[in-house]
Amino acid sequence: MKIVVCVKQVPDTWSEKRLDPADQTLDRAAADGVIDELDTYAIEEALRLKESQDGSTVVVLAMGPASAAETLRKALSMGADEAVHVVDDALHGSDALATSLVLAKAIERIGYDLVLLGSESTDARMGVMAAMLAERLGVPQASLASAVAVDGPTLRVTRVTSAAQEEVEATLPAVVSVLEKINEPRYPSFKGIMAAKSKPTSTLSLGDLSIDPSAVGLGAAATKVLDSTARPPRGERTVIKDEGDAGARVADFLASRKLL
Amino acid sequence: MPEVLVLIEHADDTVAKVSLELLTLARRLGTPVAVVVGAPSPSVVEKLGGYGASVVLSADDERVASSVTAGVVGLLASLVSSRDVAAVLLPSTPEAKEIAGRLAVRLDAGVLTDAVDVTSSDGQVVVEQSVFGGSTVVHATATRGAPVITVRPNSVTPEESPTSPSVETAPVADDGGRHAKVVSRSPVRAGGRPGLTEASVVVAGGRGVGAAEKFALIEELADALSGAVGASRAATDAGWYPHAAQVGQTGVTVAPQLYIACGISGAIQHRAGMQTAKTIVAINKDAEAPIFELADFGVVGDLHTVVPQLIAEIHARKG
Ligand SMILES: Cc1cc2nc3c(=O)[nH]c(=O)nc-3n(C[C@H](O)[C@H](O)[C@H](O)COP(=O)(O)OP(=O)(O)OC[C@H]3O[C@@H](n4cnc5c(N)ncnc54)[C@H](O)[C@@H]3O)c2cc1C
Ligand SMILES: Nc1ncnc2c1ncn2[C@@H]1O[C@H](COP(=O)(O)O)[C@@H](O)[C@H]1O
Repeated sequence: MKIVVCVKQVPDTWSEKRLDPADQTLDRAAADGVIDELDTYAIEEALRLKESQDGSTVVVLAMGPASAAETLRKALSMGADEAVHVVDDALHGSDALATSLVLAKAIERIGYDLVLLGSESTDARMGVMAAMLAERLGVPQASLASAVAVDGPTLRVTRVTSAAQEEVEATLPAVVSVLEKINEPRYPSFKGIMAAKSKPTSTLSLGDLSIDPSAVGLGAAATKVLDSTARPPRGERTVIKDEGDAGARVADFLASRKLL
Repeated sequence: MPEVLVLIEHADDTVAKVSLELLTLARRLGTPVAVVVGAPSPSVVEKLGGYGASVVLSADDERVASSVTAGVVGLLASLVSSRDVAAVLLPSTPEAKEIAGRLAVRLDAGVLTDAVDVTSSDGQVVVEQSVFGGSTVVHATATRGAPVITVRPNSVTPEESPTSPSVETAPVADDGGRHAKVVSRSPVRAGGRPGLTEASVVVAGGRGVGAAEKFALIEELADALSGAVGASRAATDAGWYPHAAQVGQTGVTVAPQLYIACGISGAIQHRAGMQTAKTIVAINKDAEAPIFELADFGVVGDLHTVVPQLIAEIHARKG
């Protein structure tokens, strides 16, 4: 089985994020880039599937600036076999539609039985990519998975939505996104970190994927940020120390805000 | 006037509050059309009409209900291409965001997720989003296609606008695609509490709660306020409360009228999920806890004494 895992480099969650005032895109230079924590669950799931099926390979795929190579190396050190990095200056400012176009083309080129993703990126938080890739690739979408099992050509997923837990079935090839509760990602071992250095890594440009640069990037985006402002600080704040009557004083406060 | 498609969430005889919020917003942009998967009961139709739906389009077809995302996407896509549609509104649940994303690819239209407000200016649909964990407010618009927008629950107060909607059957075509099939479904939370994202009040507990059984106190306060229960990751990781209740960057984002944080320090990843609550109350024994930077009202104290007293006060005042 050939498994492609999409991994994204995102600003470290502890760092301040802001939009670049010039073009209203995420100022990636202002924040340290790290592998999206949620994507490590997808890598872990891919590695477990590989370990349960002889002859499987795990390819990690990222679209992003040159620095995203770091993220791919982290994925390789966890145990992925091969990395593919789509990097092209024309990609700057790509929206979800363009990103899904690029990732889908790259996935088709790599070849796949299963595509794994995180359910949501920690910076964009759109949670759309798995669905978009299934649409573009024309294969089943079995997303929001809290459990994944592959049995021959049959994929079984436990899908958790806001309303229900569903048992879902599909035939491979398919796209799956995983939830954080699915597993506990392994840490790269020293051996893994050393081995990562000699694993095959390739880069692809838009030309390699036969994508017209005008179809991606800020200029092609189907959405546009009109303005962005820092949230104004909250109004008046009160902090009291409990003198034995704090419960009553919270109740007074709630009543004053008509919340009781 | 062009139509605005609203994907309705309903169960048996009830319509989700977020659907009424979406109908309220839809009226700002055009004529609201309610799209219902399944057969809407008369009381569902009446409720939708009460909030301004001029048409209720029902797709009562097993293929739509049992395919993951694709069935609803096909339905909405055919409606957008056969009618004059100004926008499509969906709730910001994980599953509806997936529908939105897929629909946007099919229509090659802009998709805007997690809107907290939707307005029309010069014939252009503008959404307000709260990004980077609520630290930045953004206005955005779609530059092509009928915008596909997911809106966070509690973004607007539902306003009635009674109409008597016509009920039509939406055409469902087999797209011949290969889709994942739902073979069984078990609804979550049959219990009495409101859903976390829809609740107007959320009471959340963190590591300071101390133990799984102590979450009963958090539940009791939530029940006294008819609210939902949330938890920090420290509490869900410890196994004190289900993962589904986790609020924050890797959990649920909530924007209730009132958020009460009990024994939660207020890490940036937790704030990302609750920062846009209208009113925030924090109870924490550490005066330096960052949660106090956000709190409209903070108590430096032990939650195990403050919360029981608060519950007693609420019951006393409600009589
Ligand atoms: C990538 C990433 C994603 C994350 N996603 C999330 C997320 O989605 N949601 C989330 O919540 N966290 C998330 N975290 C974890 C986050 O960083 C914090 O570790 C977590 O929120 C801490 O939970 P806490 O506030 O309950 O615990 P702590 O930080 O340990 O705080 C406990 C607080 O309780 C107080 N306390 C203790 N006893 C009492 C008492 N008796 N009465 C009153 N107060 C008391 C203490 O003073 C302290 O302030 C994430 C972290 C990372 C790295
Ligand atoms: N630029 C990217 N490169 C690789 N994978 C990505 C990229 N953007 C998003 N993804 C994948 O899509 C998932 C969901 O992202 P999103 O829909 O943006 O919230 C992430 O967890 C990643 O697995």
